[in-house]
This record gives sequence, structure tokens and C-alpha cells, in this order.
Amino acid sequence: MNGSVILGLVLRYTYIIRRSVPRIIEMLFWPMLDLLVWAFLTLYLKSISDGPPSAVTFLLGAMIFWDVLFRSQQGMTVSFLEDVWARNIINVFVAPVRVREFLAATALVGLLKVLIIIVVLTVSARLLCDFDFLALGWALGPLFVNLIIMGWGIGLVTTALIMRFGQAVEMLAWAIPFLFQPLSAVFYPVSVLPAWAQPLALALPSTQVFEGMRSVLAGGPFPTAHLLWALTLNALWLAVECVFFAWMYQSTREKGYLAKLGTQ
Amino acid sequence: MSELIVEIQNLRKTFGALVAIDDLTFSVARGEIVGLLGANGAGKTTALSILLGLVTPSAGSVRVFGQDLERHRVAVLRRMNFSSAYTALPSNLRVEENLLVFARLYSVQKPRRKIDELLELLEIAHLKKRVVGRLSSGESARVSLCKSLLNDPELLLLDEPTASLDPDIADKVRKWLRQVQRERGIGMIYTSHNMRDVEEVCDRVLFMRRGKIFAEGTPRSIVEKFQEQSLESLFIKVARGGDIEDL
Repeated sequence: MNGSVILGLVLRYTYIIRRSVPRIIEMLFWPMLDLLVWAFLTLYLKSISDGPPSAVTFLLGAMIFWDVLFRSQQGMTVSFLEDVWARNIINVFVAPVRVREFLAATALVGLLKVLIIIVVLTVSARLLCDFDFLALGWALGPLFVNLIIMGWGIGLVTTALIMRFGQAVEMLAWAIPFLFQPLSAVFYPVSVLPAWAQPLALALPSTQVFEGMRSVLAGGPFPTAHLLWALTLNALWLAVECVFFAWMYQSTREKGYLAKLGTQ
Repeated sequence: MSELIVEIQNLRKTFGALVAIDDLTFSVARGEIVGLLGANGAGKTTALSILLGLVTPSAGSVRVFGQDLERHRVAVLRRMNFSSAYTALPSNLRVEENLLVFARLYSVQKPRRKIDELLELLEIAHLKKRVVGRLSSGESARVSLCKSLLNDPELLLLDEPTASLDPDIADKVRKWLRQVQRERGIGMIYTSHNMRDVEEVCDRVLFMRRGKIFAEGTPRSIVEKFQEQSLESLFIKVARGGDIEDL
């Protein structure tokens, strides 16, 4: 891997964000909107029921965790789409850039976006909802890392599909992560899912993370088992996703679609 | 004979039942400008895409700088570059920012000095801080050429570099290309639908039809061989389905 190439690509994607007010707003707008909606909902639920006081924590925590996964995937796929929209993707692919360098750069951009959003959401939740996410402890860190890795994996798949099928399927960049949301048991425990769906749910790293998160937020011990499962599943899924990406990339070159990407 | 920097042997590319390139063989010598001509669908864009590593060939071999392109893609791409009227540089970045990004992708040493030197050469130093999206098409074309010279390429692939340029700028671009070819000994493969471009810039022309080369030589020798008034009239005749055996 050539560090100069990766840095060049990261530079290019950060220039785009820095030089575009709409992109900066877009990056912060949806997470902030989510935060407000879930904050008001949890406040309402608390006021009408004698539910556990941790309800706010669960819902806001889940919302922030979900955003970590989603933004990690978005950082990767939207960086690729930015070059397609700008008709620049061919210039990148005919430069001496290895595919793994390109993917590493988009993954780094995803990570950068996630870090910015975590900071903004944590501060906002503290100021607006009196919800101190950091007080929950550093146990959440490794869970975050797993969501970021899963986001990269989904990013690989969505990027591969857009590369193979063109801009006509670019809405997949936003749709595909949400396919995983019902089974990931983001806002409810996996036990509420139908029996047939539970094994499927538990095969996702995100489900293990959200189960672990609830355990931590409820004051339980560090969720070692969930964390190990999440890491193992992430390693397996990432391997499958890398093979899928390589297959799509090769197929795209064979069928000539790569040469047409972003030029029509 | 000069060293060959591109050697294509029996190249074939099919997309399903469509034969885009059919047994194509040609070479390019160091410092030579070769024009790839043909009507739409003749196979020149596919040939260019294969040379850029964007499309994999179905059969045949492609060697650039003596190396197999498929096996040494990154090493080969480091020594060549590309400019096309159909791609663009990100419009919301400044000229300098765009060039800095590509300088990193091509691992250019002392990138800022290189960028200044090229902006001077192409007479666009005053555009350095301008946003690319606000440039005229002529200015954008020059910035794109600037990008294509960043790594001091030994081979430059140009896909209709003067398309959408007014005659004055197109003429300047042709002169710059000739100048950099003379001064730096860059080999070029040049596709264009503008026959004036080809006659003025290319040392040798490969005329393609249905994925094959049917005529090869200097622009003048091709015109004479087929007893046409100009390359343009030959182009039109071929594009309209004229049988080359009858020409």
C-alpha cells in the first residue's frame, strides 16, 4: 500500500467536504434530526409510563450507535459516488491506484466522518437531553469499532453494486444499510424477534453489538461474549464482502462498465 | 527503430456476441504520436480503455514499456497518463487542489513546484486559485492536460482532447502537444473526430473499422493510398459504410 496515494485520496474527499457547505450541513443535519426525534420520544415515553429510567439511555444510545454504522458505510460509498458524480472516477482508476488503496482511503473518510458525528452527537445529547454518553464508560469503544468495521463491509458491497450496475442503482447507497436494521435489533432486544429470525439476527455483527450495548447501558458487566462474536462475525463477513467486491470489480472490467462509469 | 513503448498483439475483445476489437495488432514507438481513428463503434475507445487497464481483453497481449499490462498495471500506469474530454476534474475544488491530489496519486516529487511549472507551460498560472467549475471549457481542457503531464509521462493517452474547444484554443492545444512531445519525447495515442487535429498532430494514423485496422500510415500516405481529398472525406466514406476494398 502506498501511503502517498491513500493520503491523496483522503485529501481529495476532505477538500470536497471542506469546500461545500451543503455537504457539511448534510453530514450533521440527519444525525441531529434523529437525535431530536428520539430524545423527544423518549421524554414522552418516560412521562406517560413507569418504564425503566434507562429507556432514554437505550433509545438514544441505540440511535447514536446506529449512526456510527450508517455513517461508516456512507463515508465509503458516498466518497466513491462523489467521484462518479464529478465524472472523475475514470481519472482515479487510470491513476496508479491499487483497488485496496482506494478502499482504504474511502474507509478512512468513513472513519473521519464517524468521529466528527460522534463528537457532535455526544455534545448535543449532553446539552439538549442531559444525556451523558461518555459517562457510560469506555466499554462502548470496542463495540463502536465493530460497527465501524461492519459499516465498511456494507460500504464495500454497495460500492461494488454501484460500480457493476451504474448510477441507476445509486439509491442503494442509502437503502442497503436499512435492510439490516430490523434484524440488527437496534431499538429492541433480539428476543422480541420471531423465533425463525433470531438465528439470522445473531449472525450479524451489529446484533451482537446492540445486545452488548444494552447490557452495558443496563449497568451489566463488559459484554465479552458479544464482543468476541461481533469480531468473529465481522472477520467472516468482511472476507465474504472482499471476495464479492473483487468479483464485481473483475466483472465490471470484463463487461466494460468501469470505462463508462460517470461518463454518460 | 526507436524503442517500442506499446506492443499490442492479436488483441480481441468481445462483449457477449459483439466483437468490439478483432485481432488488433499495433505498436507505438517512444516519442511517436499515433492517431486512432474510426467512426463511433469502430473500437478505438475500447482499445484505449484496455490500454488504461479499465477493460480486460478477451484474448491477445498488451505490453507497455515491455511489461504485461494486466500483471504490472500500477507500475505501468505510474509511467503514463490520460486526458479526455469525457471526464472532468472535481468542479468544486480549486485548480491547485485538484492538481495536488493527482500529484499525490502519481507520487510526484516536489508537487507544488511541478504544478507551477506546468501551469506556466500551459499559460494558466493565473487560474491556480480558481474553482474548476467556474472555468471555461478551454481552461478546463488545459487544466486536464496539466494533470496529464504531472508525472512526466512517457506515454500519454488522449481521448478527443480538443472536443468542445474553440478553434483558437484547439490550435494552441495542438501546438502544446507537439511542443511537449518534442521537448520530452512523450509517446502519445490520440483519438479524435477532428481530422485537422489528426493531420496536424499525428505522426502515424491507425484507421479502425469494426474492431480492426484497415489502414495505417502517415495522414498524407493514407489519403494518397485511398485517393481521397482528405482524411475527412475518407472518414465520412468509411463511416457511411463504404466498402474499403472499393476505395
